[in-house]
Amino acid sequence: MASLTTAGTIGLYIDFAPRASSRTRVSADTPTTQEQASQRRSAWMAAAQDGDRRAYERVLADSVGLIRAVARRQGVAVDALDDVVQETLLTVHRVRHTYDPARPYDAWLAAIATRRAIDYLRSHGRHDAREIHDPLAVELHPDADDAAGETERAQEAARLRRAVAELPPGQREAIEQLGLQEHSLAEAAERTGRNTGALKVNLHRALKTLRQRLHGGS
Amino acid sequence: MSDPASIDSLIKSLGAQAAPVRRLLSPGRRAAGWAVVVAAIAAYLLWRYGLGGMMERWERAPDVACSALAAFATCIAAGWAAFALAVPGSSRAWMLVPLPSLLVWLGSSGWGCMRYWLTPDSAPLSVPSADCLVFIVALSVPLSILLIVLLRRAFPLHPVRAAAMIGLASASASAGLLGIFHPIDASASDLAMHVVAVLLVIGVNAAMGGRLLQPR
Repeated sequence: MASLTTAGTIGLYIDFAPRASSRTRVSADTPTTQEQASQRRSAWMAAAQDGDRRAYERVLADSVGLIRAVARRQGVAVDALDDVVQETLLTVHRVRHTYDPARPYDAWLAAIATRRAIDYLRSHGRHDAREIHDPLAVELHPDADDAAGETERAQEAARLRRAVAELPPGQREAIEQLGLQEHSLAEAAERTGRNTGALKVNLHRALKTLRQRLHGGS
Repeated sequence: MSDPASIDSLIKSLGAQAAPVRRLLSPGRRAAGWAVVVAAIAAYLLWRYGLGGMMERWERAPDVACSALAAFATCIAAGWAAFALAVPGSSRAWMLVPLPSLLVWLGSSGWGCMRYWLTPDSAPLSVPSADCLVFIVALSVPLSILLIVLLRRAFPLHPVRAAAMIGLASASASAGLLGIFHPIDASASDLAMHVVAVLLVIGVNAAMGGRLLQPR
């Protein structure tokens, strides 16, 4: 339900938006335009706090550029910017009650975006540090080129082939089409002439049978 | 890896959850609430121990009165700073807000200490100093917990700063309240005990409160 405040702020953004876009003679970077954009975002966020969905979507969409700029300044790589944007938007959603409409929205948002960018860099710094050791771990892994391991894998594959061959025709067809050849349900239905429901049932039964034969489970 | 389409769909999804929210009260109003809590405890202590003893001590040693009032002022200023620091985008300069009253508090306590040294014949107001430490620490615990609970609804991006302010607010409140019924000695040992108690409360708050207030 729109309160008086919400109605007022809706009026504000309806009024502001066309003016900002129609000012062709003024550069988008001029302080006046920036100030107007900031005021507009503040008004939208205030309306969003009152439950105005349209204002909320607008302020979030309008925040994306600012979040990217903050993340870039913190040193986040270009291909990771969207991750920081998403994390920041989720945080904004969770803590939107902390925004004070009397204060600038951009400063509030920039502080959250900075924090999320730093969190991202920290977590990925740790992740990258672990990744450095991975090739070494693979190289030193005792089973990597182990002849006994290879023989075991070959035996398992032969057992699986035999178990598939012993399946009833409908189940074998389903597992070959959907499991081994990785066709989609629609493709498999077209190739086998069966409907998708029957294929799904056959696949389920085939997997159950294979599980029982290979592992002896239920 | 994300893409613009997923950001658009996230915005749509968040927009669908745009329920009205109860705005956080301004730091000033929350600090006023904190002042009311401290005033209520002070009123209880005055009712319990009376005003006479405290006024007599204040008349005999005005620096004690100055120190007590500065402690209360520090408690309010530090509480206000903690509430302000818990809001994203607030300036770190808020940490300086309690500084003037803190300096007056420490200065007047130190002056009392010097007076005692310069005029050793002045009547000592001595009591075991360990009482101060126990009282300040013991009362600071519930006050700190109260402030942490109040701050958890906010979103302190620098939780250790906010928690240190909580420690200062609760320790100074406890020290000020102590003066209502406790004949504070102006000796160096008593002053040292106060400083130790306040630093202990600030340190514990910064270490533990910082974790409790960590942004989710």
